[in-house]
Amino acid sequence: MFDIFKIAVRNLSRYRRRTILTFILIVIGMVAVLLFMSVTGSFKSMMVGQITDSVLGHLEVHRKGYVASIDNLPLNLNLKPQAMTKVESALHQIAAVQTWSPRVKFGGMYSNFVETTAIRINGVDPEREAATVPLLPSRISEGRKDGALVAKGEILIPALLARGMKSKVGDTVVLVATNRDGSVNGKTFVVRGVIESISGPGGRDGYIHIDDAREMLRMKEAEVSEIAIRLKDPAQLDRTEARLKQALEGEANNDGKPKQEGTPNKDGKPMLEVHTWADLSPFANLARMIDLMTVFIKVVLVSIVLVSVMNVMVMAVYERIREIGTIAAIGTPPGRILSLFLSEGLLLGLIGTAIGTLVSLAIIFALNIWKVHFAFGQQQDLVLAPQIGAVQVLTIALMVVGVAVIASLQPAWKASRLDPINALRHV
Amino acid sequence: MSLLTARGLTKTYRMGEVEVQAIKGADFTIDSASFVAFVGPSGSGKSTLLNMIGCLDHPTSGTITVLDTDITTLDRSAAARFRGLNIGFVFQDFNLVPVLTAYENIEYPLIMVQKWPAEKRREQVTRMLKAVGMEDQADKRPDQLSGGQKQRVAVARALVSNAKLVLADEPTANLDHDTAYRIINLMKKMRDETGTTFVFSTHDPKIMSEAEVTFTLEDGRVLPASHKKEASHV
Repeated sequence: MFDIFKIAVRNLSRYRRRTILTFILIVIGMVAVLLFMSVTGSFKSMMVGQITDSVLGHLEVHRKGYVASIDNLPLNLNLKPQAMTKVESALHQIAAVQTWSPRVKFGGMYSNFVETTAIRINGVDPEREAATVPLLPSRISEGRKDGALVAKGEILIPALLARGMKSKVGDTVVLVATNRDGSVNGKTFVVRGVIESISGPGGRDGYIHIDDAREMLRMKEAEVSEIAIRLKDPAQLDRTEARLKQALEGEANNDGKPKQEGTPNKDGKPMLEVHTWADLSPFANLARMIDLMTVFIKVVLVSIVLVSVMNVMVMAVYERIREIGTIAAIGTPPGRILSLFLSEGLLLGLIGTAIGTLVSLAIIFALNIWKVHFAFGQQQDLVLAPQIGAVQVLTIALMVVGVAVIASLQPAWKASRLDPINALRHV
Repeated sequence: MSLLTARGLTKTYRMGEVEVQAIKGADFTIDSASFVAFVGPSGSGKSTLLNMIGCLDHPTSGTITVLDTDITTLDRSAAARFRGLNIGFVFQDFNLVPVLTAYENIEYPLIMVQKWPAEKRREQVTRMLKAVGMEDQADKRPDQLSGGQKQRVAVARALVSNAKLVLADEPTANLDHDTAYRIINLMKKMRDETGTTFVFSTHDPKIMSEAEVTFTLEDGRVLPASHKKEASHV
């Protein structure tokens, strides 16, 4: 086999310019795909990281119907303490869960005594919230970042609101909210900090202490709008979601229908819903679009390799018909002629892939040294850190080599089936 | 002892609506270690006959037995195997592989056809290079060799895998007269050394006189063999 490869290398070097052009095409294709995958992959993981680690967490549990009307932040769909206890008991059973944070969410009015505007508020337990969404403190652009995220009587306000209302750290402001019974309640807060906005749901919310939220809303018991959950390993998301759904199903439904998510109520209907961050964030659609574009780019790569390698191999067979006739005449079996031409295609793929991979890795390395900054939505100065895994590189490399061999099959087959007499007569 | 026997050999081509009978009922026998020429003008059927003897083409009817094998019954793969083991070819245009050196061209059948081990290959190729007087040109590629040198390499390639029969279709047609004689004499010398049967075609009267057995083709018919009385081993 080594001898066949040696001859194949010589044959490729015979048409140097054509071979180099083919290598260049394969390299360009490889670089385009690997760079696209690494850049979009890093963008995706960075954005997903931002969304899960500073707003949503990996999973959220709500009362049935809450997410459907989440824009209104309905107070009548909060979880009661019994449901909360049930959820917490389920979460304790799942090893993949790192921590969770209960939240009370509501809409209200924010006043600086001069102007008033609408605001969405998250009432949180500062320690648990910081543990569940650890990047949240890093979004505080003004004010204290040390100590508790927010203390009783303090508020973190979103940057856009702070700019619009000209609110500063230390200012006293008033929050007014309507509770479930329809009565309007107000409470003064001191601005503890300004928090940078990020894209997606909850990215422009203010934060107060959960006890303040319950007090403002005159809650008689410790209700919760949602429970945000952080996993030890985000890769366990789907498995954990499935386990949690199963755990919250409770007993079988009364109607004997297939089990649904959530604890069944007295009518046998589930009361709780489990959602992943992807269910809640529109960025998931963007991520899916990126995945789709990656597929298209791969199709383009396959086409480039297929056409360029096939072109080279068809030309090689056409130009070497007499030579093929000679080697067939001296007794070279058709299978060996086939393997000779397949080896040439394989080498084109292998060498092109090797160079393409090296160039791609060098560019990715360079991009990591010369940091590329960009803005996305409200987020400024994001740093692109493209990375690509060995499995992804190997997959693309195998794909290119495989396509190169497939592209060589038809010309190689034709070469192996040539009639020696006709081939020897070819001019 | 006979190496090759042809009986009732015919070959008919169809050219459009017309059938052309290239070989019309040829019967002949070729002995082992003989030096045989098929002679005749262009279009007399020499190449067709050599192609059939070399398992490159099938006759329309008749049989050819080479080394006790009826080669007319062999399929494509079996014919390739038979050629690789028993028959060497020398072509008018030399037909060396341009990307390989003289050494590698001679070695080629041992790699691609017979898969000899490296050490045995090296010994055999070196021996053949010496036998055809090309040991100093071993590393040159075909485009660096003269016509005569290329044909020497081609002869060595035909013999390297210990072929019992070498078929040479107009081996001297592209060579000047002196070189042509040297190649024919080289082939004779190799026949003497290895006992290989050489069958070549030519329409050059001076070259054909070097053959020990001559078959003349006339309009597709093979006339009875004429034997040279005194072999001219030069």
